[in-house]
Amino acid sequence: MSDVFDRVKKIVIEHLDVEEDKVTEKASFIDDLGADSLDNVELVMAFEEEFDIEIPDDAAEHIQTVGDAVKFISEKVG
Amino acid sequence: MSKRRVVVTGLGIVSPLGCGVEHVWAQLLAGKSGLARVTHFETEDLPCQIAGVIPRVDGRNGGGPDVPGSFDPDAVMPARDAKRIDDFILYGIAAADEAIAHSGWQPADDAARERAGVLIGSGIGGLQTMYDASITLHERGPRKLSPFVIPAMLINLASGQVSIRHGLKGPNHSVVTACSTGAHAIGDAARLIAYGDADVMVAGGAESAITRLGFGGFCAARAMSTGFNDRPEAASRPYDTDRDGFVMGEGAGVVVLEEYEAAKARGATIYAEVVGYGLSGDAYHITAPAEDGDGGFRSMSAALKSAGLSPSDIDYVNAHGTSTPKGDEIELKAVERLLGDHAGKVVMSSTKSATGHLLGAAGAIEAIFSILAIRDGICPPTLNLDNPSVESPINLAPHKAVKKDIKVALSNSFGFGGTNASVVLKAAG
Repeated sequence: MSDVFDRVKKIVIEHLDVEEDKVTEKASFIDDLGADSLDNVELVMAFEEEFDIEIPDDAAEHIQTVGDAVKFISEKVG
Repeated sequence: MSKRRVVVTGLGIVSPLGCGVEHVWAQLLAGKSGLARVTHFETEDLPCQIAGVIPRVDGRNGGGPDVPGSFDPDAVMPARDAKRIDDFILYGIAAADEAIAHSGWQPADDAARERAGVLIGSGIGGLQTMYDASITLHERGPRKLSPFVIPAMLINLASGQVSIRHGLKGPNHSVVTACSTGAHAIGDAARLIAYGDADVMVAGGAESAITRLGFGGFCAARAMSTGFNDRPEAASRPYDTDRDGFVMGEGAGVVVLEEYEAAKARGATIYAEVVGYGLSGDAYHITAPAEDGDGGFRSMSAALKSAGLSPSDIDYVNAHGTSTPKGDEIELKAVERLLGDHAGKVVMSSTKSATGHLLGAAGAIEAIFSILAIRDGICPPTLNLDNPSVESPINLAPHKAVKKDIKVALSNSFGFGGTNASVVLKAAG
């Protein structure tokens, strides 16, 4: 879990250019981290790349927070 | 309806001669060339290996952190944001930033913002973005395409980005007319003000086609210079016997246009008035100019007519003059036909001899050069004009700038598809 969180955090910091301490599990990409809908699409693509998984569009729609991403990815790579 | 007067109050340039209007103008008057060998992509298999690349702080085309006029993308926006737009948009934003700052115009309130628009065009748009996305699509499939592919390459996104950046809520428009784009953008924007659609317009052209795809395509059309790869600075030689095609340039030119009374009331520095604008079509060939030069003649005539001026009022012509074997002489004959007996009193130069051909940005930077020529009473030179291929009564300003009192300047731009535009600029007052 913590390994997934660290890797997700690194991607979020890179793509959204945000301070490290803002990237908590509860942080919403749009409401807290300044992302827009296109940023979200790009983030999901970056997660797919990093973890070598596929995140279907309907699942991606439910990934709103850092924690959502970590949970989904952890289940996938389990 | 009675039309309102339109004046130029701000200028901005990103070009192969560097960035910043005064820097570029000084380089141009000093006879410096912005042309060099292309080093940022593979050119070994291309017939043309030279271009007017923007000097950058990273060392590209002689630029550097301590070299005046070098373009610094990081000074425009963070790298993270710059990755999401094509270079032509980046250049357009940089030139617009300079022009707006230079004008001193600031919107007082939301009502003022709604009366200020943007009209920046591009001849080709995000060519490299499209190329890279095509490779991704082919090799990795559609799921790997970035959501920023389309907004990064759309031509009107230069206008869109500038409007968002500066909060300009008036007309948001764009022009796509190949090498006439910049001239059409300034002409159309001036009309939006003249007819009351806006009070302020940020207008111009931006281009970034110095890419393998751009080179491959224009070389296939046999339009580019191929005989001067070992002497880049000598390659763009309008009207010279040895010319063999155009040399591509990149960059952006942007002006701030304002309604005259408002500009005067706020005490703005007025550089020139946009008094005339003419457009025409050749209806002849997709890439070749019509042999009789009638299209260019008609766009110049229309521009003079809209200005209420006659050919004998013209002091300086900034030529389209791309250094192609056919085009230069056709334009020269059309200008001679227009000027008649007055030809001997006119100076005409092609600044593409120094900058290369900036395609959709050409008409914009050349309008700016015409404005500065009026301001300073000097016509920039036509470099490399050693042996004119034809005799002309017009002074083509070979090698050296020519001092001359200029009241009226005309700038020509002609593009693929047979699209012609001429803009007439007049000294303020």
